[in-house]
Amino acid sequence: MRKVYLDHAATTRLNEEVLKEMLPYLTEHFGNPSSIHSYGRKARAAIEEARERVATALGAAAEEIIFTSGATEANNLTIRGIARALREKGNHIITSAVEHHAVYDTCLALQKEGFDVTILPVDEYGMVSVNAVADAITDKTILVSIMLANNEVGTIMPIAEIGKLCRERGIPFHTDAVQAIGNIPVNVDNLNVDLLSLSAHKFYGPKGVGALYLRKGTRLSVYHHGGAQERKLRPGTENVAGIVGLGKAIELAVKDLEPKANRIRALRDKLQEGLLAIEHTKLNGHPEQRLPGNLNVSILYVEGESLILSLDLKGIACSSGSACTSGSLDPSHVLMAMGLDHQTAHGSLRFSLGVDNTEEDIDYVLKVMPDIVARLRSMSPVYQGGSK
Amino acid sequence: MYTEQVMDHFTNPRNVGEIKDANGVGEVGNMKCGDIMRIYLKVNEDEVIEDIKFRTFGCAAAIATSSKITEMVKGKSISDALKVTNKQVAEELGGLPAPKMHCSNLAADALKKAIENYQANRAKQR
Repeated sequence: MRKVYLDHAATTRLNEEVLKEMLPYLTEHFGNPSSIHSYGRKARAAIEEARERVATALGAAAEEIIFTSGATEANNLTIRGIARALREKGNHIITSAVEHHAVYDTCLALQKEGFDVTILPVDEYGMVSVNAVADAITDKTILVSIMLANNEVGTIMPIAEIGKLCRERGIPFHTDAVQAIGNIPVNVDNLNVDLLSLSAHKFYGPKGVGALYLRKGTRLSVYHHGGAQERKLRPGTENVAGIVGLGKAIELAVKDLEPKANRIRALRDKLQEGLLAIEHTKLNGHPEQRLPGNLNVSILYVEGESLILSLDLKGIACSSGSACTSGSLDPSHVLMAMGLDHQTAHGSLRFSLGVDNTEEDIDYVLKVMPDIVARLRSMSPVYQGGSK
Repeated sequence: MYTEQVMDHFTNPRNVGEIKDANGVGEVGNMKCGDIMRIYLKVNEDEVIEDIKFRTFGCAAAIATSSKITEMVKGKSISDALKVTNKQVAEELGGLPAPKMHCSNLAADALKKAIENYQANRAKQR
């Protein structure tokens, strides 16, 4: 059976070149980077080279990069670290209703601890407005955290403008750039950000490693205690092979970004056109300001998990914002924040394309999809177009 | 995540559809949680379920439990059918993932509503 992977927003396949660079650091170069002997120095040198590569990709300085176990840790480090460092200046944090849970839930946790958290609404496309950020800022605001591109619907936020606003007010500005790296240009100066989170496995690197960009002069409190690694902000022996993999993966991700993105966008547009040709379907997310590989559609009168499983039986991998797939009783908070009704949210499907996808992949999905939808709709008590 | 029996009932559901001259119809669930089950019954003079069909909006567990219960009670008396519990339906399918036990395991409730509807219809006729 044909296998078609269209869930690159969840994770990606490790690039062979990346693996090749990582392997020696799992075997012969196994030293602890904190050791001063030759084994340690070899590992240390590899980490510092990776740091240079990440910094170069982001337009940052090497000393502004802190390696973490992934973006979840980078987001927690940011939000908790700033909240604690600037507690005497204020207690107000601004974020959006469509953030990843690593940001959203961390802000809610701080709210329970007594912080004042403003969760900005989004429009029907999942977009945060710059004016809403401006209106929400008070003298007590100590952090603004808005994602660069949404993981479910791919909407690209006006980060540079929000960053400019925060800079003028002297407020640290963080962006979760997990979905953006390798898909759209990400430069910390152009975006006016002070902190930025990323994760290697979203751009063909290994799982379990990520980084936080921390602009020089930005204060952050330590929240894990241990050794002196990563300027004491992220103590613990480094994931050397993972960090090496991150360095190589980001170097490859930003190389030839535009032609890669254009090719993926063309495939995505073809898939979009084909799926929206099925009746009672709807595009979720911004029609233009959207990641090139993202396609989120709602198939009305059917439920997302049923769709995913049916597609999986045909070898196609994608995801959904339905409650059944979120592990909770509620559909995606992103889709609900965009004002979708429950049925439309439960019937959502997210296809996320990557560099290995081909035209044949898209043709195959478009070939099997109509029958899957028709079968599930024929069982649905809410489908009026059925045999009722 | 799902047992073979669940996948079997999801991919080849039994008794899907409607009964045009049903004498009992029951629906449970709501769009908020994403599961809606509707069961149609044709109960004969001897109070035996002669025919049963369903329509379900929901996940594989919702579809499979609906399909399974129709198989379990077809040809049974309504008093026996009323004894079937959601838990039994799940057991007959080899179990359901824990989160599905309370949200998508509603087939016995839908059947009960359909039988109650049949009984109410009958009472009106008398």
